[in-house]
Amino acid sequence: MAQERPKEVRSEFLYFALRNRKLRVGLGILVFFLLFAIIGPFLTEYDPNTYAGPSAQPPSSEFWFGTTTFGQDVYSQFAHGLRSTFIVGLIGGGIGTLVGVVIGLLAGYRGGMVDEILNMLTNIVLIIPTLSVLIIIAAYLAVRGILTESVFIGLTAWPWAARAIRAQTFSLRTREFVDLARMSGRSSLRIVFTEIAPNMMSYLFLVFILQFGGAILNAATLDFIGLGPTRGMSLGLMMNNAVLWAALQLGMWWWLIPPGAAIAAIVGALYVMNVGLDEVFNPKLREM
Amino acid sequence: MSLQVENLTVYYRTLRGDVQALENATFTIADGEIMGLAGESGCGKTTLGHSLIYLKPPMRFIEGRVTLDNEELPIWDMERMNEFRFKKISIIPQYAMNAMNPTRKIGKMTAEILESRKVSYKATLPELKRRLDLVELSHDVLNMYPIELSGGMKQRMVMVLSTLLNPSLLIADEITSALDVSTQKAVAEMLVGFRDRGFVKSLMVITHDISILYQIADSIMIMYAGQLAEKASTQVIIHNPRHPYTKMLIGSLPKVGVKHSKQRLAGIPGKPPLLLNPPVGCRFRERCPVAFDKCFDVPPFIEIEPGHFVACWKEFESNA
Amino acid sequence: MRRYLGRKLLIYLLTFFVAVTIDWLIPRFMPGNPVDTMLARMALRADSAEVLRSYYIRAFKLDLPLWQQYLNFWAALFRGDLGISTWLFPQPVFQIIKRAVPYDLFLLLPAIILSWIAGNRVGAIAARVRWLDNTILPLGYILTASPYMWLAIVLAWALGNVAGIFPIAGAYGFGLRPHLSWLFIKDLLWHWFLPFSSLFLVMFGGWAIGMRNMIIYELESEYSRYLESLGTPQRLIRKYAFRNAMLPQITGLALQLGGIVAGALATEIVFAYPGIGYMILNAVQNQDYFLIQGCFLFIITGVLLANFIIDLVYIVVDPRTRLGMTGE
Repeated sequence: MAQERPKEVRSEFLYFALRNRKLRVGLGILVFFLLFAIIGPFLTEYDPNTYAGPSAQPPSSEFWFGTTTFGQDVYSQFAHGLRSTFIVGLIGGGIGTLVGVVIGLLAGYRGGMVDEILNMLTNIVLIIPTLSVLIIIAAYLAVRGILTESVFIGLTAWPWAARAIRAQTFSLRTREFVDLARMSGRSSLRIVFTEIAPNMMSYLFLVFILQFGGAILNAATLDFIGLGPTRGMSLGLMMNNAVLWAALQLGMWWWLIPPGAAIAAIVGALYVMNVGLDEVFNPKLREM
Repeated sequence: MSLQVENLTVYYRTLRGDVQALENATFTIADGEIMGLAGESGCGKTTLGHSLIYLKPPMRFIEGRVTLDNEELPIWDMERMNEFRFKKISIIPQYAMNAMNPTRKIGKMTAEILESRKVSYKATLPELKRRLDLVELSHDVLNMYPIELSGGMKQRMVMVLSTLLNPSLLIADEITSALDVSTQKAVAEMLVGFRDRGFVKSLMVITHDISILYQIADSIMIMYAGQLAEKASTQVIIHNPRHPYTKMLIGSLPKVGVKHSKQRLAGIPGKPPLLLNPPVGCRFRERCPVAFDKCFDVPPFIEIEPGHFVACWKEFESNA
Repeated sequence: MRRYLGRKLLIYLLTFFVAVTIDWLIPRFMPGNPVDTMLARMALRADSAEVLRSYYIRAFKLDLPLWQQYLNFWAALFRGDLGISTWLFPQPVFQIIKRAVPYDLFLLLPAIILSWIAGNRVGAIAARVRWLDNTILPLGYILTASPYMWLAIVLAWALGNVAGIFPIAGAYGFGLRPHLSWLFIKDLLWHWFLPFSSLFLVMFGGWAIGMRNMIIYELESEYSRYLESLGTPQRLIRKYAFRNAMLPQITGLALQLGGIVAGALATEIVFAYPGIGYMILNAVQNQDYFLIQGCFLFIITGVLLANFIIDLVYIVVDPRTRLGMTGE
């Protein structure tokens, strides 16, 4: 089905994608925050960590999001934090997807012993609570950057993706077009990447979206526990600082609420997009 | 007359418009008749079978009248049909292998279904066991989960279950397609046995496999692209077909079963929209070797000999 | 069934083995000597640093060959010896964790169980009531997308700080000592309510969405269609669909446990609730590595145990596992 009339399939995809409300809303929110993350930091003269003004000020024309207990500009922290959020999502989610895809494809296509071993590995990593491993690793890293954090998050987040992709591969590898490729003597590796993977593209994209959101949430929790980047700014770190420096007791909502709200909005938008895309990809789910 | 269908027209709603899957079907099935319904996949035979018992969106009722034992069936109303289902009209679905709830023991599930229809399980149990014997299933299956049964066993269990309340009409939808040849034959013969014992009055056997119909059917109705092409007794359809499409179909008989057995039959929506904008007149026109200008009108489904219905202008001419 | 359980047990044992190994491995193979890293961060005076250094070298037994260190690590583990905390010197890590655990259970068990039950119920209803579907679904997505600590912060700010109804820190009032009295229990519940609610709400969103989607899938399944074509009333069809949709939700619970525990850690930090999460925060801030490692082991053991319990429950509810028909 997939290889016939690619042009029409693509235009059909666009047609349904543009008509899908969930997809439009999700994408809209995501793009808004993405633009904010790109442009936002240029709109402020203050560095996120410098003591720029009077302490604990509510939002004003000078400090749009108010200031922290130490007089740092919350807007600047927010804008920079948003950047790290997208970086973590992109890199962490990307690595998580990539590792999941490779392991899932390999296990699903090869089957047998390879599958047994990889499946065992997947199950083990699946059960170990990701965050506790990250805590252990982060605790012993003296200097941590956002990149290191993203890499570690990606390296611990892949199991469910691998599992899902393995199942998909299982169902694909018995299809006729794969048989055909096998009979024509192509190597397994080439079949996996030229015949099976392209047929799962839409599915892989959905996996990436969920990994993206998961990486953001994981990073936020890690940062919040105080194991985030030692340099730089992130939304989780903002919340960590806010709680540690009694923003709750002092009722400094402008410091407490925005970082988590942004994360919830971005991750929520990703989830809603995921559902929307699923409807676009799977004709069965389209509402009549 | 057990089943009478008049002018039944059913479409499928899709985002691109209506798929005209069944157009103006008029036919009858007599008491005790086993009618085979055959045609290529996507010809509307499944739509016809399902619309009689289970007309649910995206299927859309356009017009028509269906009477069963002189009682009109409200097939357009999912709710009101409930009263008739199971008791008057029943179905053995194509997916009989997966038709039973995987997490309930079969006996318990049967009991729950019966009780929900206000039929006592206890009172039915002896009859149920008798019928299990008939299809050569041990009574132990009632204490098993569906997953413990083989495909053929599940098929037979669903057969027993669907006919447990002695419906007037049973629709058997591609029931043999998932089975191996020897089981196919056994299942088909059991269907005949059910009719002979009066468990069901009449049967509509939907299949792409005419050889099965040759074994069990009293009559065969052929469909093409949502229109009825021909209906006659099995012997006549096989040996003396009149409609050019039937002739082609019978002529290619050995291949038919093999060639199409792997294709999905229910999947009209999402398939190449053959019936989204069907050609006017006889829909077989474009492939027909004997088509002529009259074929731009829809041919009526006319009884040219007793019990032999054909929808073909050429036949009417040569007959006249 | 025995095969199914045996397989699971093997995986759990292997996982435990891997986890302990990670716990042992990471301090030793991270860049730099862990002892130096620790001491550097403590910024102590030179003489006290020297005392601590020799203590740590001895404690880590870094002077022994690696394989012996590894075996010793296991031996100590089985004696319940997880080292001595530096933050609460000289209390054993095991004691600190033991003290914190009841608070975790008190918070997590009700939150997990109640959110699971409520989420499944509401999700199942949402699958057939349109207006509920249109409200629950977006709400569910917002809740499940919220970082745990953020929802905790929002609740603490709104109900604690602004409305002033609930306390926002601790497990009980500062003026009280833990003892058995109505006054204390009432105070305990009073402090428990907000952290519990924030955990409950985030999880609730996830379960409700999951159930809603699962049940729609089940209602479209072939056994549902067969029941419909036999004229079975919707009540029975929904009952079957609900029961069968529950099974993946149970598996889902096992898969979510790690994330839930992480959420609980973060929530405890917001409310300064004295469970494991709060211990970890303090351990991180005070560079108390033994405590961090101990908490890690404890969390993993807990998650493995919970997984095993869920497996047992699953065997009871899904006949297919009993019959040895599914491998997963």
